[in-house]
Amino acid sequence: MSVLEIRDLHVTVGEGDDAKEILRGVDLTVRSGETHAIMGPNGSGKSTLAYSIAGHPKYTVTGGTVTLDGEDVLAMSVDERARAGLFLAMQYPVEVPGVSVSNFLRTAATAIKGEAPKLRTWVKDVKSEMELLEMDSAFAERNVNEGFSGGEKKRHEILQMRLLKPAIAILDETDSGLDVDALRIVSEGVNRTREEGEIGVLLITHYTRILRYIKPDFVHVFVAGKVVEEGGAELADKLENEGYAAYVKDSNEQAAAEVASA
Amino acid sequence: MTDQNTGTADLNTGTTDLTTQPATLASELFAPGVGAQAGPPTTPASDTGTAGNASPGAHSHGGPTPTGSPPERLTSTDPDVFGVPTGREETWRFTPMKRIRPLLDGAASDASLTWATDLPEGVELTSVEAGDPLLKGLPEPVDRLAALTRQRAGGAAVVRVAKEAQLDRPVTLGLAGTGGDDVVWSQLVVEVGAFAKATVVLDHTGPAKYSGGVTVLVGDGAQVTLVSIQDWASGSVHGGQYDAVVGRDAIYKQVVVTLGGDLVRLVSNVQYAGTGGRADLFGVYFSDETQHQEHRLWVDHAVPNCTSNVLYKGALQGEGARTVWIGDVRIRPAATGTETYELNRNLVLTDGARADSVPNLEIETGEIVSAGHASATGRFDDEQLFYLCSRGIDAETARRLVVRGFFADVVQNIGIDAIQDRLMGTIETRLGALPGLDEQPVEVA
Repeated sequence: MSVLEIRDLHVTVGEGDDAKEILRGVDLTVRSGETHAIMGPNGSGKSTLAYSIAGHPKYTVTGGTVTLDGEDVLAMSVDERARAGLFLAMQYPVEVPGVSVSNFLRTAATAIKGEAPKLRTWVKDVKSEMELLEMDSAFAERNVNEGFSGGEKKRHEILQMRLLKPAIAILDETDSGLDVDALRIVSEGVNRTREEGEIGVLLITHYTRILRYIKPDFVHVFVAGKVVEEGGAELADKLENEGYAAYVKDSNEQAAAEVASA
Repeated sequence: MTDQNTGTADLNTGTTDLTTQPATLASELFAPGVGAQAGPPTTPASDTGTAGNASPGAHSHGGPTPTGSPPERLTSTDPDVFGVPTGREETWRFTPMKRIRPLLDGAASDASLTWATDLPEGVELTSVEAGDPLLKGLPEPVDRLAALTRQRAGGAAVVRVAKEAQLDRPVTLGLAGTGGDDVVWSQLVVEVGAFAKATVVLDHTGPAKYSGGVTVLVGDGAQVTLVSIQDWASGSVHGGQYDAVVGRDAIYKQVVVTLGGDLVRLVSNVQYAGTGGRADLFGVYFSDETQHQEHRLWVDHAVPNCTSNVLYKGALQGEGARTVWIGDVRIRPAATGTETYELNRNLVLTDGARADSVPNLEIETGEIVSAGHASATGRFDDEQLFYLCSRGIDAETARRLVVRGFFADVVQNIGIDAIQDRLMGTIETRLGALPGLDEQPVEVA
């Protein structure tokens, strides 16, 4: 049983006078077995939240806390966070030329587990997971993300999640750029993980489409760097019909009021 | 202005020369398609733009109405036509003249390298005397050193691959220096008949002062791979002009690997004898303390529907490590349907090293498929490191994976496992011992 707790998180990007606050007091708790959807318009800070939790050096945490089972995540290096049980499926996975998928996966699994997985079971695990994600076995010998299509990159991310078995997985717009088939395959991969174990999922998305495949327990509407409304799966339906306009308008009015009172 | 002293670069700072595809800065990431490469795989000619036009005449992107062709490159078999270089000439300005003088000032000699050859069936190794018609038809030297070499070598060694021959293994010429003071002057001609398929490996080792010309004549429809490994002992000096004449619908692949020696300066030229030819020029170099490694390329598109692709990657570590990469591509008015892309990446591993990278693209016809170039010099790619670390891999292991991959990306183009393993082994030794990442390869059958 794991708990990821985010309290009053403030994050800026940029240095000195150019620093811009992106996250403005995020509160969120994700427990094992729960699936949370974070929905919001472009530029609302959704991806910043994902990368800040994972520890990307581009972002500076200026306030608040992030803990995993009480441990201070913000004090950990990027790799320590992963070994503690956090996983980020990236929106734009990075190419690593000359490093094969198989070498990468095995190196990562060794790092996470603290010892090299037994070759025989490992090979079997990789193979069966790849089959479930409908990935060709030749994939393993390609260089990491190099020349991958959008769908292949996302399947590769989910493959990693399946093999590394994190406590909490953050999926950053995993649905973007996927056709219906790829979306189904990727969603099934996530759902298998939810059914099998105690994973907590933080699903970040702009669209409600993926929520037809992955049913969230909680939906959070994210606007201008914080959560502005929370609800159950029914909130996604409301967003589907009405969009973000009302929230964005509220946020703008609030910002204007803040400026006026300043 | 075309030099970037990357020794002072911050972590992951990209520095570029004359490029329209600047290195990706960490702050500009999170965009689709951002990866290890400095630019997109192809850049349409119309998009190559006017940015970075820094060196006079070095970077003109011709439009529909050319404003005049650039001057022809001087070539001659007569060394005196070039005069004695001072180091101020465009072709010599990056070269430490003091250290190349032993070759430029070297006397004619009978010294030679030790040859260890492996010749599969269908291959003939012979020689021709000076004045042989074969030599008269070769592309001419482009600088004084190359002209001296042609002259002093006298004749040439000739590797002949019969037309339509399919070799069962690579032709290997192990060329070892014996450490004498005399300059070794040499000319090699590799002549591959029509529709033959051959790989030729020049494996340079040992201590030497060596100036060697290499000409590869690729017959129509032939597929030729030339691998040139510079694994010289320390203190060696190596200069050479490599020419390829690519026949109609032929495919020429060149893989240059420069690891050893004090100074290596290689000039690789490609021209096309017929339409539909393709040239892939790959290079890897690794410069340690005080090593100077210079690779100059010139691809001359003068006939229609040919393709060229250049990928050179280098790493530098240690005080005074120095690399120079010049990539010239010219697309002449007749060369419609040309497709060309060149990429140079330099990874600066420590302070005190310096990489120069100058891509030049001259386009004299708008009727091409694509033309692009990119150059990036910098430290580690933060985004690659973040990606690996976010999977639990510690930063040191991640760095080694990235550097190893950086080289493997090019080395894997050689296509000969034994050589690839040896070269990667050499590179890894120089990087320091890698934790046993590769001891247990995973095969997903």
